[in-house]
Amino acid sequence: MSATTVRPRAGRRLSAKWVTIILFLLPGLALYLLFVLFPVVQAARYSLYNWNGLKPLTDFIGIDNYVTALNSDIFQNAVSHNVFIIVLSLALQIPFSLFLAILLNRHFHGRAIFRLIFFLPYVLSEAITGIIFSLFLQPSSMLDTTMQNLGLGGFIQDWLGDTGFVMITLFVIISWKYFGFHMIILLAGLQGIPKEIEEAALIDGAGRWQAFRHVTLPLLGPTLRVSVFLSMIGALQLFDMVWVMTRGGPIGASSTMATLMFKNGFIESDMGYGSALAVLLFLFALVLAIAYQRFVLRRDVEGAVTAFNG
Amino acid sequence: MGLFGIARYVVLVFVAAVILVPIVFAAIGGAKTNGQLLSDPVGLPSPWVFSNYTDVLFGANAAVFWGELLNSLIIATVAVFLTVSLSALAAFIFARMVFKGREAMYMLFTLGLLFPSAVAILPLYILVRDLGLESNYLGVALPQAAFGLPLTIIILRPFFKSIPVELEDAAKIDGCGTFGFFWRVLLPLARPALATVSILAIVGTWNAFMLPLIILNGADQWTLPLGVMNFSSEYSNDQARTLAFTVMAILPAVLFYIVAERQIVSGLTAGSVKG
Repeated sequence: MSATTVRPRAGRRLSAKWVTIILFLLPGLALYLLFVLFPVVQAARYSLYNWNGLKPLTDFIGIDNYVTALNSDIFQNAVSHNVFIIVLSLALQIPFSLFLAILLNRHFHGRAIFRLIFFLPYVLSEAITGIIFSLFLQPSSMLDTTMQNLGLGGFIQDWLGDTGFVMITLFVIISWKYFGFHMIILLAGLQGIPKEIEEAALIDGAGRWQAFRHVTLPLLGPTLRVSVFLSMIGALQLFDMVWVMTRGGPIGASSTMATLMFKNGFIESDMGYGSALAVLLFLFALVLAIAYQRFVLRRDVEGAVTAFNG
Repeated sequence: MGLFGIARYVVLVFVAAVILVPIVFAAIGGAKTNGQLLSDPVGLPSPWVFSNYTDVLFGANAAVFWGELLNSLIIATVAVFLTVSLSALAAFIFARMVFKGREAMYMLFTLGLLFPSAVAILPLYILVRDLGLESNYLGVALPQAAFGLPLTIIILRPFFKSIPVELEDAAKIDGCGTFGFFWRVLLPLARPALATVSILAIVGTWNAFMLPLIILNGADQWTLPLGVMNFSSEYSNDQARTLAFTVMAILPAVLFYIVAERQIVSGLTAGSVKG
């Protein structure tokens, strides 16, 4: 900012500036402090108590809730489900989104329609999407009958009732809902890369794959990073869809950190333990964010160096 | 069209079918009787029965449907208005005022992006209860607005910054105060950015689930996502009706999306690239 906006000549002028600042900033700040920062701090505080949410907050138990959580099979099980979604998202969903983004990164008839359809699930409510799929996947209902008709009857599963299969089902639905979002981000990234750069590589004798691997992909790095990061954070918070479809069941086979927190806090009225789970969820997100920043930052530097060498 | 072109169409059509099939099946299923749904879940209805849809729109379930649509609209309107207006005021200060502690204050807001709203949900419930806003639209709209502030401020700030200082000086010479400049010059110029952040906020609040789930106890206050969940368990042995209700419940979002696709897409890409 240039200095022209501020001319601290006299005390009166300065105070007028501060009045403006306070008047403009205060409403947003008050709302933010009250409904965002304060509850987060409270979560950390509650997590140190044995508390049902109603009686006075007196039963201080230190880090017991955390010790219980970290030693609990139920919690570890839930974490493993979040990790499962993260790993599959990175291994399958994002590459698939990238593949489609590449297919759409050319002008051809119907491109706009495909983009419209692929992105549609993103704007639907996750909870309502869950209901649609619950009905769609009911035994011998729409999906099962379609598979029978296609001669794929042998592959039919108890999609949501089989403890060994329910996470795979959820992953597919999550991908159904979110691949379009990643595709759109990656498409925007691809469109930001000048076509001439890849063409130059092709003229220099690189194959299509080489040009993609060594020219386009590194240039797409920052966008991919955003996409991967959002995907991981989203998978850590997974709640709405799981809650409406399975409530984390059957017998905990699709529980996530958030469904566990919700169950403990609101259904079993163990606000202290629920808060500890919430703080752990936050710490996971934070550690992931920091680790990711470091790891990817290092990779970026290496990438830059190899790009110069090659 | 070469081989590659044909292969591309095959892949894209297949993916599009996978996206559309559950939605289309749901829409068609809503036009069947439960008997038809049971005996032939995937075929076209014969005959077509529209009583489920007319019940949802005008008949037995209409009060529930329109009531929940109205609840969603009220909460989204309040939340989006608050997020966008308060963010605009704050972003204006962060973009165009120089003062001590500005960056620290800005950092405080950006910190909010680190907290998934799930982390705060238990204390948020206690807070809303203690404020007496349980089972009140504001109990959902206020926290929703608050959680929308960080991203909105982050997107608006550079837009506000890019408006030339000369314009501000000219406005001042013409007798505009700071608020006058903000209201009559800056906001109209920033209309595209405001549209972007509004749309982001609309999509977010319209689909919110966990917060309304804990705050809104009365069935007469439920928003559409909650309503659909409860409808599906209430009518668990009337699936055709549930399908019709569900399809009508996603229709507003689908229509909004078709009308505002360009804005939504550019808004979300801008948001995610900045975030």
